[in-house]
Amino acid sequence: MRYLPLTDEDRAEMLARVGVAGIDDLFADVPPDVLRRDLPDLPHRRSEVEVERALGRLAAENVAAGAVPFFVGCGAYRHHVPATVDHLVQRSEFLTSYTPYQPEIAQGTLQYLFEFQTQVAMLTGMEVANASMYDGSTAAAEAVLMAHRITRRHKAVLAGNLHPHYRDTVATVSRLADHEVVAAPPAPAGEEGLIGLIDDSVSCVVVQVPDVFGHLNDLTALAARTQAAGALLIAVVTEIVSLGLIVPPGQMGADIVVGEGQSLGNSLSFGGPYLGLLATRQKYVRQMPGRLAGATVDAEGQRSYVLTLSAREQHIRREKATSNICTSSGLCALAFTIHLTLLGEAGLRRLARLNHARAVALADALTRVPGVTVLNRAFFNEFTVRVPGDAADVIERLARAGVLGGVPFSRLEPRRRELSDLVVVAATELNTDEDAAAYAAALTEVLAC
Amino acid sequence: MLNRQGRSTAAGEAGAARAATFTGNRALRIEEALIFEIGRPEVSGVDLDEPPDFALRLGGLERTAPIGLPGLSEPETVRHYVRLSRNNYSIDAGLYPLGSCTMKHNPRLNEKMARVPGFADIHPLQPLSTVPGALALIAELSRWLIELTGMPAVAMSPKAGAHGELTGMMAIKAALLARGERRSVVLVPESAHGTNPATAALLGYRVEAVPARADGTVDAAEVERHMTQDVAAIMLTNPNTCGLFERDIAAIARLVHAAGAFVYADGANFNAIMGKVRPGDLGVDAIHLNLHKTFSTPHGGGGPGAGPVAFSRALAPFAPVPCLTAGASGLAYVEQAEDAPPPARPLGRLCAFHGQMGMFVRALAYMMSHGADGLRQAAEDAVLNANYVRASLADLMSLPYGNRPCMHEALFDDAWLDGTGITTLDFAKAMIDEGYHPMTVYFPLVVHGAMLIEPTESESKASLDLFTATLRDLALAARRGDTERFAGAPRYAPRRRLDETRAARHPVLRWSPPKPEAAE
Amino acid sequence: MASTRYTKDHEWIRLDGETATVGISEYAQAQLGDVVYVELPPIGKRLGKGDEAAIVESVKAASEVYAPVAGEVVAVNSDLEGTPAAVNEDAEGAGWFLKLKVADAAEIETLMSGEQYKAFLETIQ
Repeated sequence: MRYLPLTDEDRAEMLARVGVAGIDDLFADVPPDVLRRDLPDLPHRRSEVEVERALGRLAAENVAAGAVPFFVGCGAYRHHVPATVDHLVQRSEFLTSYTPYQPEIAQGTLQYLFEFQTQVAMLTGMEVANASMYDGSTAAAEAVLMAHRITRRHKAVLAGNLHPHYRDTVATVSRLADHEVVAAPPAPAGEEGLIGLIDDSVSCVVVQVPDVFGHLNDLTALAARTQAAGALLIAVVTEIVSLGLIVPPGQMGADIVVGEGQSLGNSLSFGGPYLGLLATRQKYVRQMPGRLAGATVDAEGQRSYVLTLSAREQHIRREKATSNICTSSGLCALAFTIHLTLLGEAGLRRLARLNHARAVALADALTRVPGVTVLNRAFFNEFTVRVPGDAADVIERLARAGVLGGVPFSRLEPRRRELSDLVVVAATELNTDEDAAAYAAALTEVLAC
Repeated sequence: MLNRQGRSTAAGEAGAARAATFTGNRALRIEEALIFEIGRPEVSGVDLDEPPDFALRLGGLERTAPIGLPGLSEPETVRHYVRLSRNNYSIDAGLYPLGSCTMKHNPRLNEKMARVPGFADIHPLQPLSTVPGALALIAELSRWLIELTGMPAVAMSPKAGAHGELTGMMAIKAALLARGERRSVVLVPESAHGTNPATAALLGYRVEAVPARADGTVDAAEVERHMTQDVAAIMLTNPNTCGLFERDIAAIARLVHAAGAFVYADGANFNAIMGKVRPGDLGVDAIHLNLHKTFSTPHGGGGPGAGPVAFSRALAPFAPVPCLTAGASGLAYVEQAEDAPPPARPLGRLCAFHGQMGMFVRALAYMMSHGADGLRQAAEDAVLNANYVRASLADLMSLPYGNRPCMHEALFDDAWLDGTGITTLDFAKAMIDEGYHPMTVYFPLVVHGAMLIEPTESESKASLDLFTATLRDLALAARRGDTERFAGAPRYAPRRRLDETRAARHPVLRWSPPKPEAAE
Repeated sequence: MASTRYTKDHEWIRLDGETATVGISEYAQAQLGDVVYVELPPIGKRLGKGDEAAIVESVKAASEVYAPVAGEVVAVNSDLEGTPAAVNEDAEGAGWFLKLKVADAAEIETLMSGEQYKAFLETIQ
């Protein structure tokens, strides 16, 4: 077997050196009635050719985003990732290295994490960021727990226009950790009434910008009201490219910003692996979950980087840790930081502007389709349309016509029948005029039937 | 005279202690500045179309103030990251004897398959009718995990091992709540990985430590002493973090179940038993598996991983959404807890979307390559390799539980270093100079100055012979009191020992623009 | 002139009138290594004997500091925020953690004297 270097001769020699007759002598502690004699009921080993063929067949059954006019967003976005990024992350020293616990031989990883943390802080308008979380949804859940620790309160208010998967993630861990969650109902026309839910029993308010329907809101007043009640404002950014064009939550007064970094450097991959971002104020740094890369010097005075403030983490603090997180999203963070370095500020701004331009053009094209209404006045690269009839059915028929037109909101909230005529539509720099025209034409046809 | 980093190269500076080159470089090893020091906001390594002139629809929220992000051209970007990479150790370059991490070879076939557009370029929320192959892959991987664990159900969505632990413990809490019970204690062996008590505490449980007996394993009688109706679960690792099979585990499971509690197993060490022992046969109720350990997906310098959780019949109903169920009409994908057919009562959702699909493809490529026969052989080779290392070092380095067979990892302590003035840490740092990443040190906590060595099945006999010969040389030098070799180690790595105290006392967690110079 | 008393968890306490000063012993700071951070309790917090009073962090460890006797926190050593090293340099003096208004001064007498603590250290080393 090509991945196993030992030969039968090696094994015999080694067993002799160890001083046992056979390999099962080394499994002597296993009760005989549970030591399996038969192989698992699974296929036997296969060559590289066979594995490629088998997996290739499964892949071929899927409609890849690049093959059709594609407008699906809602928390994961299709952007162009420069070829350089994927080549660099596959370098042995990045792909196959371990967590940088021995900093003397991990300065590559530690320096890029330090650069990544800085970029995330700059993007979000916050003072400090960590070295990544699993994804945006779990980062939001961890931010809520962080707010509980800081305020010593245990009730979170979740905006109605927070991505339902994010809301459910927060709600699940909150319920089982015996914390309280108040979730406002979705408001496709725009959020309202959140301020009425804030009192001094609340530890945090969690709000998404752009929200799940694509609306853009100034969080400044909400931040002020939240903080006046002694609570923290947690802003969630699911489309990180938006921060190339929109005022960052840090500037609007957020206390913690969490985000999904998938848009930069990372492919769609059916939902994972993605990249959680978490940034906050310097004064909360010791309550942050996750790893932190910090600057220091070595014994010769050379500038160096090291994982620091580790006493917060599970391997030291155990049951009093800020989180149980260990492995996070290192390589996805590397892809993000390489992509963002390649873009630079000018490139990011141009990319964001292109995204917004594409979305504006698409919104105008779809508005002209009979029966279709665009709900958003302000948006970045995603907006919501109301269609006549059942949106999920419309999307399914569009798919059969070769257009992936967006996410029917009922996919995320099947029980809210009043929202079953809504589609969340995304457009990025990869969408062309032809795509938009194809969408409008296909939609017109589908609705005419 | 200043070099590129703005550091003085005058004699007497700290730089003079190193090789006297103008750049501070040493041949292939480059001192690389930060992107903020070499990049510029107006430079970009990506050519993008010029956006058309159009009216913004941002509701007045346009970002106008400078962000401060540096940009580099493509050649400069490539140089920056290639140079950084040269300062990293990696499994592709050398053995990582890290106990409990299972640093095995990361096959590149995995990478190739994960990047096929039919897997990489599909969106989690496109209509499920357009991704039947993705669902089929998740189902196939589930089948392999179900067969290997001998347990009836598996939750695929946890994003890492610790996330899987959280999932398993949440399922246990949900199962108890469904019975109308609120228990407040979780038993955890003293040797457990820190994520175990951290997870239990997150869910509001009080953690009670269970001491091991003299041979390093957990005694069923000891567990019985701690068992009350207030214990929700015991969290075990098997083989345990001392590298030993918990031979009382079936008995422990029986008495835990008799008290109405559950057995959570940390599957980090599954590499020792895959194809040989099924956790389901031991009475385990929930076990997470680390695809980035046992199943070869790359560590990536700290992730991404994946931590699917297998469930017993008792816990299967509480598995989170989304979940795949095989029905008469094929695969059904349940994304909402309310849609789960009884008796399923999902505990909720762990994260957005479906889980770490990219890691599923990699793991399945690995498993299909090995097959049932190859996976069992891998476990046997892993155990053989660890024992070979143990046998090769047992006369020089002390084994806290005696020179007896271990599983996939061998645990030494620092008793043999007594009186030498050399610590486990010094020994580890000296290994770096020899070209090896150190083994896991100071874990598990139950042993003083622990050194936990897990070679995995990926090491050839020749590799192990050189490794053990090197450790023997170091051990003999330590016993001779040759402190010189250890005190200043590492000497030849890109950096000497770092001032971690300074990093923690005065945390600098980001680059900041230099303050304007005061008038000269 | 009050004498310093010690606990088995390596805290020290020194009474001066109704207020007692609390810190960690010289032995404890040596075991911990470089102290990087101290988390002190809020003023006014009421502590029972043995309650967690503070947390002291080194690079590789975090340890709880327990109240040697019951009392109310009336002062904390805010110098430790900027200079945690004071705990290493002068653990039983300038490296003090907090001051307690003790509920029952007699409780202090039940703790180990300096001599008894020295003997205790010998048994564990």
